[in-house]
Amino acid sequence: MCLAIPGKIESITGDDPLSRMGRINFGGILKEASLAYVPEARVGNYVIVHAGFALSRVDEDEAQKVFEYLKQMEELDDLKEAGP
Amino acid sequence: MKFLDEYRDAELAQQLAREIHRITTRPWNIMEVCGGQTHAIVKFGIDELLPKQITLIHGPGCPVCVTPLEVIDKALEIAARPNVIFTSFGDMLRVPGSTTDLLSVKAGGGDVRIVYSPLDAVKLAEQNPSKEVVFLGVGFETTAPATGMAVFQAAQKGLKNFSMLISHVLVPPAIEALMSSPNCRVQAFLAAGHVCAVMGYEEYFPLAAKYHVPIVVTGFEPMDILQGVLMTVQQLESGRAEVENQYSRAVRREGNQPAQELMRKVFKVVPRKWRGLGEIPQSGLGLTEAYSAFDAE
Repeated sequence: MCLAIPGKIESITGDDPLSRMGRINFGGILKEASLAYVPEARVGNYVIVHAGFALSRVDEDEAQKVFEYLKQMEELDDLKEAGP
Repeated sequence: MKFLDEYRDAELAQQLAREIHRITTRPWNIMEVCGGQTHAIVKFGIDELLPKQITLIHGPGCPVCVTPLEVIDKALEIAARPNVIFTSFGDMLRVPGSTTDLLSVKAGGGDVRIVYSPLDAVKLAEQNPSKEVVFLGVGFETTAPATGMAVFQAAQKGLKNFSMLISHVLVPPAIEALMSSPNCRVQAFLAAGHVCAVMGYEEYFPLAAKYHVPIVVTGFEPMDILQGVLMTVQQLESGRAEVENQYSRAVRREGNQPAQELMRKVFKVVPRKWRGLGEIPQSGLGLTEAYSAFDAE
């Protein structure tokens, strides 16, 4: 019950916010999940799915932050090595 | 897989680990709350990458482990009844009660079925009107939106043959219980990312302030956990005790509002017994009066 992983919404059925369902692609494996809790989610978005429910939409900008942080760290190290 | 593989990059993980080594000057005890994080730490050998001074203490965040014996025994008793289809997440089937487990009840002729979503249990109740369908509703704030919606939909459909045996638990009261213990060695927490995806992290600000502990909302991939540890150690080394969010790609400060709204309709906060910890006040969810007809107890 604890495994929650990100998947991409391939298609959406239903209009009623509480019964909207999505076909979610998890690296090639397709599964149905309820989109009742992510009313803002659209086809092509990534969502975190848990026990048959999408609980959160993955924010693509925020997802890049750790990589940007590491890049900055690397550049700082390069600067230090290059000296004054 | 996008948003998965890139957070398992060994080179980048090493880079985070090197930074943790660089800034660590003293021993620190950090608790990862969630069993999912413990799983990743062991699977990817993350503890091996950390400096010797850092100890990761595995937290109580595993619903399989904390569900009390009484609830398992009750589940076993209900599952063995002749007219019942007993449904559960797969992880609960091997959890031992006093004398047996759900898998053995199934082997002995009980109608025990694994469902992926609690909504599948509602569907079973619709398809089998002459049977009683019972779902074992366990888990943290991550599964509560799913079980809550199952009860909500069962009520909307007017189902009379669906009910739930509920033993939902809540994370912040468990942290409070741990911190208020006089022997507590924990100096910082990695909060469970997906619990916070649902509930947000407002509740942690008073805890961080009261016990002067850094709390960092953390994801589940190796780089998430290493960055979470790095952020906690940065706080510990500089004497700060703040709430920070490492897992910002999935967690907003206010959490998932539609999920919280539904949970407020269906559930109320109740005292709950935790296996291994005993009863913790205000640490569980039970059905509100409006939905009490769906209580299997």
